[in-house]
Amino acid sequence: MTRRTRTGVILAIGLAACALAAPWLAPYDPGRQFSAYPFAPPMRPHVIDAGGSWRAPFVYPMRLVDPLERRYEEDRTRMIPLRWVSGALVRVDGAEPWFALGSDALGRDVLSRVAAGARLSLGVALLGTVIALAVGAAAGAVAGYAGGWADAALMRVADLVLVLPGIYVVLALRGALPLVLSPVQVFAALVLVFSLVGWPAAARGVRGIFIVERSEEYAEAARAVGAGPMRVIGRHLLPASLGFLYVQATVLLPAFVMAEATLSYVGLGFAPPAPSWGAMLQDAGSARGGADAPWLLTPAIAIVMSVLVVQLAAPARDPLLWPADNS
Amino acid sequence: MRFVLRRLFAALLLVFVVASGSLLLAQIAPGDYAAQMGGNPAVQAAERHRLGLDRPLVEQYTTWLRRSLTLDLGDSFQYRRPVLDVVGERARNTAILALVSLVLATTIGIPCGILTGSRRGGLLVRLIRAASLMLVSVPPLITSILLVTVAVRTGFAPISGRLSGARLIVPALALALPLAATLERLQAQAIRDALHRPNMLSALARGIPRRRLVWHHAWRLSLGPILAIYGVMIGSLFSGSFAVEIVTSWPGLGDLMRQALTVRDTHLVAGCAAAGALFLGVGVLAADVAHAALDPRVESETA
Repeated sequence: MTRRTRTGVILAIGLAACALAAPWLAPYDPGRQFSAYPFAPPMRPHVIDAGGSWRAPFVYPMRLVDPLERRYEEDRTRMIPLRWVSGALVRVDGAEPWFALGSDALGRDVLSRVAAGARLSLGVALLGTVIALAVGAAAGAVAGYAGGWADAALMRVADLVLVLPGIYVVLALRGALPLVLSPVQVFAALVLVFSLVGWPAAARGVRGIFIVERSEEYAEAARAVGAGPMRVIGRHLLPASLGFLYVQATVLLPAFVMAEATLSYVGLGFAPPAPSWGAMLQDAGSARGGADAPWLLTPAIAIVMSVLVVQLAAPARDPLLWPADNS
Repeated sequence: MRFVLRRLFAALLLVFVVASGSLLLAQIAPGDYAAQMGGNPAVQAAERHRLGLDRPLVEQYTTWLRRSLTLDLGDSFQYRRPVLDVVGERARNTAILALVSLVLATTIGIPCGILTGSRRGGLLVRLIRAASLMLVSVPPLITSILLVTVAVRTGFAPISGRLSGARLIVPALALALPLAATLERLQAQAIRDALHRPNMLSALARGIPRRRLVWHHAWRLSLGPILAIYGVMIGSLFSGSFAVEIVTSWPGLGDLMRQALTVRDTHLVAGCAAAGALFLGVGVLAADVAHAALDPRVESETA
């Protein structure tokens, strides 16, 4: 493992941990609306007060001075200390909210929503990747080990899915499911769609490895001492494809994160009250949303960061064999 | 020639399979156009009868199939116009966007890749590498949202209003930048590989200037692998253009397909899919033919 890969894996684990711990890390509930604070800008923590002396981290409360222009001003006369309050890492005392990354149109805390969105967006992508790889490995194993008509049939289907632009396949499959679903149902639907789109790439590679490996001496030897097909596949040939499956995971994961964002953005994924990154981007993409309130672009940064982390974790690969995005 | 015919046939088959597949998927989906439109049950039933949605699935499909053989893809339920008219207009816009982006990505990505692949260091090379590593991780959905934001704030290009050349700037850039980064990385690798071949060393020993070696001879050698990539890239080009079209409200196939899917306009779904598959088939065909023209081995291997 190179240093680059190790950094990537550590960062990826950290990201997953943050997503899991979101409800305890985020200052507020993702749905909580502070209706007096629409489009509040990010509030910078300070450590030096107006008199120039050092203090424990604090923020100045925001005041909405012009509701029409949505202009806020810091109230420099009062200081709100940031404290550890049970249930959240950093939370301000009192009723006045602290928006570390600003608030959206309904006065919801962007930081809390991005943190909660990590569970939806990364969770869907991760589960979809795992199932796609499992199905792909199974299909590839059957095709590569058995050969014959099973191989031909499976690979025809795989080739068809592989040649089509991924997002359109996702779109057509998503369109075949009911359009209005609850968040849990959307989660299941997206995982299903992603697995259907993702398995062929894994199957093709595993099949190729199986065809080479099944006539290697160790596989022949296993067969010679009486191992059945299941044992040869499970004990000898699948472990030989693990490296490939890892690489494939680092290709599928970013592709699925982007697919979720795209689907939710166009209204076929998670619907707005659910804090998925794609759904949140709708606010940033609408009319002047992102231009007037650039902090609404935070989910975009979250998406890019997670893609970058996964790409770091990918083993340095021959770019000619692995085009960077084939989503 | 046989090679081209075979590929052409494969492309036509692709269009047929994709159109039929998407039509059937849209038909078996729960809910139909009449239900989406609302109204009382009697009105819905009448609408269903008018559109032929009350007949069995197989019959609907065979009717569509028979008509599609004469290039009649039926009428769009929603627009009440022939699907070909509706799709044709949008497909033209998508084709323009895709072509301009491809040209833009090529003119940015390939020279940058030759530069970074043939030199070891330097400020410029490091800058390009950093930028391309960043851009490879930014999907077109994000680049288009960011560019729209910048365009609104600075007004460097219009993002709404009448379709024109200027209106194309934001979507084309959003689609081309990630693609250019991918091309840069692939071209750099290809040049690096080409320069490591023994004939390059001997050419250098014979006194051919390094500049000429890189931009003339090594580049020629790297063309094969790069053209092979173009065939694969057509797919990601259309994937990307879907997001870009919707964010920048560029009236292309992507937005039409989404609309058609949400109102269950099955004929239109099939029409969009057919147009998309046609582009894809033509793109892959063109890349294959170019590749075969350059490297005769390709033809003999696959024909």
